[in-house]
Amino acid sequence: MAGYILRRLVSTIAVMAVVGIFIFLLLRLAPGDPAAMIAGKEATAEMIAGIREQLGLNAPLPVQFARWAGDMLRGDFGTSIFAGRPVLELIAQRLEPTVSLALMTMLLSVTVGVSFGILAAWRAGRLVDRLLTAFSALGYSVPVFVIGYFLIYLFAIKTHWLPVQGYVPIDAGLGHWFVHLILPTVTLSLGYIAFIARVTRTSMLEVLSEDYMRTAAAKGASSYAMLFHHALKNAGIPILTVIGISFAYLIGGVVLTETVFNIPGIGRLVVDAINNRDYPIIQSVIILTSGLYVLINLAIDLAYTLVDPRVRY
Amino acid sequence: MGLLIILALAAPLYAGDPGNMDPFRRLQPPSAEMWFGSDNLGRDVFARTIFGARISLLVGLMSAACAALAGLLIGVTAGYSRSIDKIVMRVMDGLMSIPTILLAIALISLTGPGIGILIVAIAVSETPAVARLVRSVVLGVRERPYVEAALCGGARLPKVLWRHILPSTVPALMVQGATVSASAILTEAVLSFLGVGVPPEIPSWGNMIASSRLYLAIAPMTIFAPGICLAVTVLAVNLLGDGVRDLFDPSAKRRR
Repeated sequence: MAGYILRRLVSTIAVMAVVGIFIFLLLRLAPGDPAAMIAGKEATAEMIAGIREQLGLNAPLPVQFARWAGDMLRGDFGTSIFAGRPVLELIAQRLEPTVSLALMTMLLSVTVGVSFGILAAWRAGRLVDRLLTAFSALGYSVPVFVIGYFLIYLFAIKTHWLPVQGYVPIDAGLGHWFVHLILPTVTLSLGYIAFIARVTRTSMLEVLSEDYMRTAAAKGASSYAMLFHHALKNAGIPILTVIGISFAYLIGGVVLTETVFNIPGIGRLVVDAINNRDYPIIQSVIILTSGLYVLINLAIDLAYTLVDPRVRY
Repeated sequence: MGLLIILALAAPLYAGDPGNMDPFRRLQPPSAEMWFGSDNLGRDVFARTIFGARISLLVGLMSAACAALAGLLIGVTAGYSRSIDKIVMRVMDGLMSIPTILLAIALISLTGPGIGILIVAIAVSETPAVARLVRSVVLGVRERPYVEAALCGGARLPKVLWRHILPSTVPALMVQGATVSASAILTEAVLSFLGVGVPPEIPSWGNMIASSRLYLAIAPMTIFAPGICLAVTVLAVNLLGDGVRDLFDPSAKRRR
């Protein structure tokens, strides 16, 4: 087990190094001299040369990379070109809305997605199954922002049941916070519910056709016990894997949902950064999210042993 | 799906000019003259939606084709050579860990919005999935007796790859191709919606929705027309993929 964790950590570091090199090269290859960008339009050639020296842009590329990676490892993600403040500080400010949205979405999609999947597998071939399958094909295909605008139109503009846009911090009252998060969460969840339901259904169907399930039925186990006690436990691994993979997907969805619902989170920070060409923010968010992705998938690999004691490393 | 392509190709024949502005007829509701109404600059939403289909399909299919080709090359190479495999697959893992949209955004920020870079960016972010799939197929096939027999019989490696290994990747590649196309079309729309995809003067479903979003309450058709087209297209491509899978793998159908 310890050996396995160690090996996985090494490969995780390798993956992060690849991401780091990629992002670094991308930034260095970007047209436009960063020094000229910082200096502004009216800078003289000497001023630009001075900033170049100051930024260490005259050093050889590997040296620059080593410095850059060193800064990252020490937690220094640079300074935003546009806001002139440390990137990490800007990200921290925007963390609450994004984390709220992501956690709510995960909660909703895993509960609903897994239940839909179980229901569809249990009633395979019947009407409920067909309806759920159709729904999941739809949920798969309709893009997040289309769902978002449709829901806003239906529940906010036509009926005034829910607020149109915006975000209210938790401090301002749990009720307000929750009401403002309903539409974004539902919007973002539909795709995952579809995805998770689909995988749960396939995986459950596979398990349900096993011999031990027939044995369970023969000994008189209730369908509840069969589904939840025998089947779900054995179908757990693919479901867990999918939840891990969909995290990368979730980030993209968060960027969109925040734009549609005007939520001041990390997604909006990125979108604004693109418009301002604020490279330090873009690179930091990419590195942090891919780091998080790698860690979550590592955690899920380790969680396999909890779900399925037969898995040993 | 075929219908969609025909509609898109024949667009100039029947739809009006998508760039034609009419300041006196802004945000009109749907009428006989303009089926989907008009947008905030008085442009015909129907014409723009139809022309948008051309861009979406072009970018989606082109980038899926590029991704499939690149993925195939990388996958076959990685599947066949252990030493290259380690390095290449680490790079692919790295690319995969970056969320698609952020990766595409990072690539596009190099040159600024444009259709060429858009295709490249989407292709790069879709390639790892294809490469991984092809590699796993190649790994499975290369130990098969007929491949060994061909090698023992004196066939050269490139010929074996071409004649015996490549064909076995085709079914999986086609199914994956549909998935990749669907996701490429979606990514194009998403990027255009965020303002980093297709330049705003060219009508695309993504940037139509983006430019109309302030008018949701007044003229919902300006958002729903391209939105529904987008959803239908992606659904059609996804169903096509399911169909192809059932064709090549009848056991999957019986299980459903």
